[in-house]
Amino acid sequence: MSYLTVIVALPIAALVWESRSDGVHGFWSSVTQPEAVAALKLTLWISLIVALVNAVFGTIIAWTLVRDEFPGKSLVNAIIDLPFALPTIVAGLLVLALYGPHSPVGLHLAFTRTAIVLVLCFVSLPFVVRTVQPVLYELDRQMEEAARSLGAGEATVFTRVVLPNILPGILSGVAMAFARVIGEIGSIVIISGNLPFRTEMASVYVFNQGQSGNSAAASAVAVVLLAVSFAVLLAIGAIRRLATRHERG
Amino acid sequence: MGRYVVRFAALGYLAVILLAPLTMLFWRVWAEGLDKAWAAITEPDTIHAFKITLIICAIAVPLNTVFGIVAGLAIVRRRFPGKGLVNAFVDLPLALSPVVVGFSLYLLYGRTGWFGPWFTDHGIQVLFALPAMILATIFVSVPFVAREVVPTLREIGDEQEQAAYTLGASSWATFWRITLPSIRWAVIYGVVVTTARCLGEYGAVAIVSGNISGKTETATLRVQDYYENLDQAGAYGVALLLCVLAVAVLVVMTRLKPNEGAV
Repeated sequence: MSYLTVIVALPIAALVWESRSDGVHGFWSSVTQPEAVAALKLTLWISLIVALVNAVFGTIIAWTLVRDEFPGKSLVNAIIDLPFALPTIVAGLLVLALYGPHSPVGLHLAFTRTAIVLVLCFVSLPFVVRTVQPVLYELDRQMEEAARSLGAGEATVFTRVVLPNILPGILSGVAMAFARVIGEIGSIVIISGNLPFRTEMASVYVFNQGQSGNSAAASAVAVVLLAVSFAVLLAIGAIRRLATRHERG
Repeated sequence: MGRYVVRFAALGYLAVILLAPLTMLFWRVWAEGLDKAWAAITEPDTIHAFKITLIICAIAVPLNTVFGIVAGLAIVRRRFPGKGLVNAFVDLPLALSPVVVGFSLYLLYGRTGWFGPWFTDHGIQVLFALPAMILATIFVSVPFVAREVVPTLREIGDEQEQAAYTLGASSWATFWRITLPSIRWAVIYGVVVTTARCLGEYGAVAIVSGNISGKTETATLRVQDYYENLDQAGAYGVALLLCVLAVAVLVVMTRLKPNEGAV
C-alpha cells in the first residue's frame, strides 16, 4: 500500500497543497480568470455532447453486436477496442488526416470545435459499447416475448423492458467516457489548435500554464479537474449499487 | 426493416468515427511516400524515442503487474481499515486527466516541491529525466491489472485456497500453486492493457519529460515533434508504426478474451 501512496496519493497531495498555498481567495481568482472559465466551460459542453453521442450510438452499436447477425461481425467487435489500444496522439493525427487542411473529403475542420468533438468521439467509443454489451447479452429475452404477447409494440418493448435493464450499463459507460473526455489531452493537442477562448480545453490550459511557470493558475484548474474525476467515480459507484440493489435484497 | 436501420446507424457511425480516419493514415503514408516514412522511422532520434518508450514499459509494466495482483488480493480477500480509500485510489487514474497527473508530479519533484530539493542535493535528476517519466507512466497505468484480477478473484472464491491451507500448504505455496494459476488469464489480459496504456501515454509524460529530442523523448512525443516541425511524412510514419503496435496489442487482447471464461 505504500506503493500506492508514493505513486498516486503523494502527487495528488502535492497538487492540492500547491492550489491552497495562495489561500481560498487566490484559488478562486485563479479559477475565475476569463481564460480559465472559457476553457472549463468549453470542456464541460464538449464533454456533455460527446457523452450524449456515446450514449446513443454506443447503445446502438452494442445492440447490433448482440442481437444482429451480419458477415464480418467478429471483426467489427474486435475493432471497437482499437481506441483503447491506440495512443491518443495518433488518434488526433488520424482525425486531422481526414478532416485537416488537405482533407480528401473536402471538409476543413482542423482547429474547430467540431473537430474536437469528432476526435473525442473516437477516443471514447468503447466505453458505452463495452458496458452495455454484456448486460444486453445476459438479458432474458423471455421478458421481451412476454411483453410482445401482451400486445406491446417494438417501441414499448424497448422503452419499458429493455431500456430499464441496460440503463445502469449505459450510465456507467457514459460516466467513464465523460471522465475520460474531460481530461483528454493527447488527441486534442494536435487538432484543436489551442486557441484561447475558442478551442482551448481545460487540460490544455493546465498544460500551457504549467509549462509557462504559472503554477497557481495551472494547479487551480487541475484541482477542478481532480474534483470532477472524484465526482464521476462516486457517481459510478452509486450507479453500481443502484443496479445491484435487487440482487443484494 | 427496423433492424436494418439500426445496423446501418451502428456501422455508419463506426465507419465515420473509426474506420475513415484509420484508412486515411495508411493513405497519407502512401501519398507522402513510403521511403519518407521509413526515413523518419529509422532516424536516430526516433529509434532513441522508441527505446525510451520500451525502457519505461519494461519498468512500469512489471511493477504494476505485481502491485495489481497484491492490490487485487488485498481488496478481495482481506478486510482492513481504509479499504474503500485504497479502492478509490486504485481507480482514480482511470478517471483522472493525465495532465493533472503530470502536473502533480511536476509540483512534487520540482525545485520547490516536497521531494525536489532532496533529490537535487543528492545529485539525482528526477524531473525532465527518465525517473519522472517512469513515475508518470506507472501512475496512469496503475489500475489495469488490479481491475482485471478483482472480478476473477471474486468469481473463483477461496474454497480451493482454504483446502490447500488445511492440507498444510504455506500461504506462499498456496499463492503459487492455487491462486496464481487460476487468475493467470486475467493477469495476462491486464498486462496487455497496461502495456498498451504505457506505450501510448502522452499527457503526463509530456509535462514531466521536457521533450528533449534524442534524450527524454518518447515515441508519442516524437509524433508531436515531427508534426510541429511541419514534417507530415515523419509524423504519419511514426504514427503508423504506433498504429501497427496497437493493432498487435488488439489482436492479443481479442485472442485472450474468450479464454477468460474458459478458466
